[in-house]
Amino acid sequence: MMRFSTLIKNPADWMTGGQGEHGAVLTSRIRLARNLRGHPFPGWAKRDQRAAALELIQPAVEALPPMKDAFSQQLGSLNPVQKQVLVERHLISREHAARGDGSAAVIERRQTFSLMINEEDHLRMQAIRPGLQLTAAFNALSALDSELEKSLEFAFDPSLGYLTTCPTNLGTGLRASAMLHLPALVLSDQIGQILQAVSKIGLAVRGLYGEGTESLGNLYQISNQSTLGESEETIIRRLERVIAEVAVHESNAREKLLEDDPAMVADKIGRAYGTLRHAHLIESKEALNHLSILRLGGCVGVFPPETVMLCDSLLMDIQPAHLQLHSGRKLSPEERDSIRAEIVRSRLLSLHSPDNRSTSHEPKPVPDPHNHPGDA
Amino acid sequence: MKCDFCDKKATVFLTQLVEGQMKKVCLCDACAKERGVTDPTGFSLADLLLGGMAAGKGSVTTAKTAVAAGGGRRCPSCGFTLDDLRRVRRFGCSDCYATFGEEVSQMLRGLHKGTSHIGKVPDGLMARQVLNQRLEELRSRLDQAVSSESYEEAAGIRDEIRNIELGAKA
Ligand SMILES: [Zn+2]
Ligand SMILES: [Zn+2]
Repeated sequence: MMRFSTLIKNPADWMTGGQGEHGAVLTSRIRLARNLRGHPFPGWAKRDQRAAALELIQPAVEALPPMKDAFSQQLGSLNPVQKQVLVERHLISREHAARGDGSAAVIERRQTFSLMINEEDHLRMQAIRPGLQLTAAFNALSALDSELEKSLEFAFDPSLGYLTTCPTNLGTGLRASAMLHLPALVLSDQIGQILQAVSKIGLAVRGLYGEGTESLGNLYQISNQSTLGESEETIIRRLERVIAEVAVHESNAREKLLEDDPAMVADKIGRAYGTLRHAHLIESKEALNHLSILRLGGCVGVFPPETVMLCDSLLMDIQPAHLQLHSGRKLSPEERDSIRAEIVRSRLLSLHSPDNRSTSHEPKPVPDPHNHPGDA
Repeated sequence: MKCDFCDKKATVFLTQLVEGQMKKVCLCDACAKERGVTDPTGFSLADLLLGGMAAGKGSVTTAKTAVAAGGGRRCPSCGFTLDDLRRVRRFGCSDCYATFGEEVSQMLRGLHKGTSHIGKVPDGLMARQVLNQRLEELRSRLDQAVSSESYEEAAGIRDEIRNIELGAKA
């Protein structure tokens, strides 16, 4: 079986591949909720009943061909930092991390599938893909689900669909979501309008970090709320259409910013670059916001395209538990700020100072064909 | 009143039906937080009573009541009551959806785009349902055949039923 250190050593493909849709969509995620028939749901089950469900589900999951040599552990055997690292990587939920024995996480080697056993439901399965690939992620996860139902009997009702602990997940048990980077919509004050329009059609939007409407790093998550009364395909098709539209808005906003206020854009990017290259103490909030602007610079051609990937992996690696894991010990907040700054400086060492010429809105030759066609 | 786990003043009081018995637990702030009692999703009174109490003082008050007086219906499979449902807005097991069918329809009003499922159906389940339907059909034909004394036909139907049942087990 795979060790925790092996699992976490490398960034997953989905963490650094989000260059589609003008670089505005980082990742696509699909989650399916399933429960066993004839077993009380985890929140109501007694300890031995929960253990019984786990004993059925864990081997069945481990036996799935894609989960060969997967990481598979009960939560009780992981320390708080390890659990938090999995949360920061979006591989398990915050709620799941709070659990102990009787609950488990099974994570595929490349971290594209992760399955939580005895979370709120007996089984929460997730597939992640880079960029806007909800359909591909769903097809892969649905195949896994179909394979699993050969050995497990899921609770299903012909009229209510898959039965879940909470009625908000009833029916398809499907939560589809994408993580978006929308710095130009934020800088041009259009974000409120866009998010309002998205939530009006019944989709949920939230900042990825930070409370309420505030979002650190200009990162937003859009997901479906309704799970009953529409097929998986309908739900996903609507989401993909809306997300693609938002990405186009972001791309247009970038173009317009560069045209209307090139000095402001160059100033923001320059300051972000300067701070990240030279800071020795940097808090998570400041780092996220500057990395967001640096990433924007990568998307609009101020920096080479691989800067986008560099920023995406840094977004992951500067989070508190990742820093603690990296240094192998518990860190005070001051130590975290210092190590965070050190990691950022060293990763950006080879990134050259932003070249003002390139913000003058001349289309630059770009080697990556997937990259921001909107700029051409 | 004192906390059941330490001797501090109890501020959290819980009553639930566990295996047909009314159980009451009193906890102080610290113990409630430590045991996740304040989070309705992460906590099960059954665990608290059966597991956690062994280490504590173990002075759980037990009242032998079969069904909570005001609690109304109760799921025959898992013991979840209507009161539990109103408190946590979640269910105890998949059979609860049948037990609390009326409440389910109320809860679903306006919650989703629709009130009946469209989408994926488990393959195995479909196959089982089709087989069950076929079996039902055959059994009623068998009854008819027997009552009309067409024994040859009845024997044929019996064979068919047996074949389906054997196939389902394999
Ligand atoms: Zn106490
Ligand atoms: Zn029940």
